[in-house]
Amino acid sequence: MVIYGLAILSLCFFLGIFVGDVLGVILGINSNVGGVGFAMLLLILVSEYLMKNNKLSAKAQEGILFWSAMYIPVVVAMTATQNVVAAVKGGPVAILAGIIAVVVAFVLVPVLSKLGGKPSINDGASVNK
Amino acid sequence: MWEMIVTIFTKNGLVMSFIVIGVVMYISYLISDKLTNKRIHGSAIAIVLGLVLAYVGGVSTGGSKGLADVTMFSGLGVMGGAMLRDYAIVSTAFGARIEEIKKAGLAGVISLFLGVITAYIVGVIIAIAFGYNDVVSAATIGAGAVTFIVGPVTGAALGASSDVIALSIAAGVVKSILVMIGTPLVAKFIGLNNPQSAMVYGGLMGTTSGVAAGLAATDPKLVPYGAMTATFYTGLGVLLCPSVLFLITKAIMGS
Repeated sequence: MVIYGLAILSLCFFLGIFVGDVLGVILGINSNVGGVGFAMLLLILVSEYLMKNNKLSAKAQEGILFWSAMYIPVVVAMTATQNVVAAVKGGPVAILAGIIAVVVAFVLVPVLSKLGGKPSINDGASVNK
Repeated sequence: MWEMIVTIFTKNGLVMSFIVIGVVMYISYLISDKLTNKRIHGSAIAIVLGLVLAYVGGVSTGGSKGLADVTMFSGLGVMGGAMLRDYAIVSTAFGARIEEIKKAGLAGVISLFLGVITAYIVGVIIAIAFGYNDVVSAATIGAGAVTFIVGPVTGAALGASSDVIALSIAAGVVKSILVMIGTPLVAKFIGLNNPQSAMVYGGLMGTTSGVAAGLAATDPKLVPYGAMTATFYTGLGVLLCPSVLFLITKAIMGS
């Protein structure tokens, strides 16, 4: 049943948020520390385990996939309810942050591609193929 | 008559918001299709439209909740609220396989961490440079430079103000669009022509829609490789930004 998928998703959600809250208390900051991330990690592990053992019916998967497909629409709704007027007064921060983040990443691509070059070779020999 | 309609919409806010967002999505994908030849992904256009709507709503009501301040559209606050947003975000982890990341190899994993951390640092530095001197705001904008999801999730977890969260979304959208447009232009110079570099690229850029659209415009064969690492990026960002990275920022900024 579809609801099984949602129930699993919800369980992961709450466990993750709970871990995030507990971490926040332990670290003495009044906030949730990475809760959504923990929930995602948990869902990956749980779903992988269930799929391997054929315990997740197609319907249950559909339930989770529905929300996965709703992700962008929900984000658009979130965007439409932010205080953009105040943000616009903040000026070019957003644009600059976005642009520089991309430029830095572009520069790093060739560096890392070389570093992790798949053939684990005794240098150089196979470069000119 | 008009009042009756408004009342129905207000009473059934969440259902109404499905119509509004449905229309926004439709228009966005139409624009993506007809005006940009699919070069800019519909989802990025939709988010830009969302920001525009929030601006219009804010200007016309003087409120701080964007379009949700218009009574008729208050249901958007439910659909786009923290609960459903986090729920939907968590659901996207479904289908990601640990084995996939193993396939991406060491370079893929390093690129993921490096991608999240460098984007965050860039965002924080720029935020501080523009006078966002409190740790929470700086961290939120830094997280926004990671992706337009990591920003608001971090902001909500840390208790940032709505205008800072809006800035963080905008930063992520700028990044996403730039990746879509810029990738085919710089592909040659950064050696983006094989699966290995595509995986590294996906891990460094992270924005899934940006990576998918950018690679599609460069070489469609590379899309699955880039997308493979990129799907882990937002999850990693959501894990690191409000925790480790925030704490480090806090320790350095000292407030």
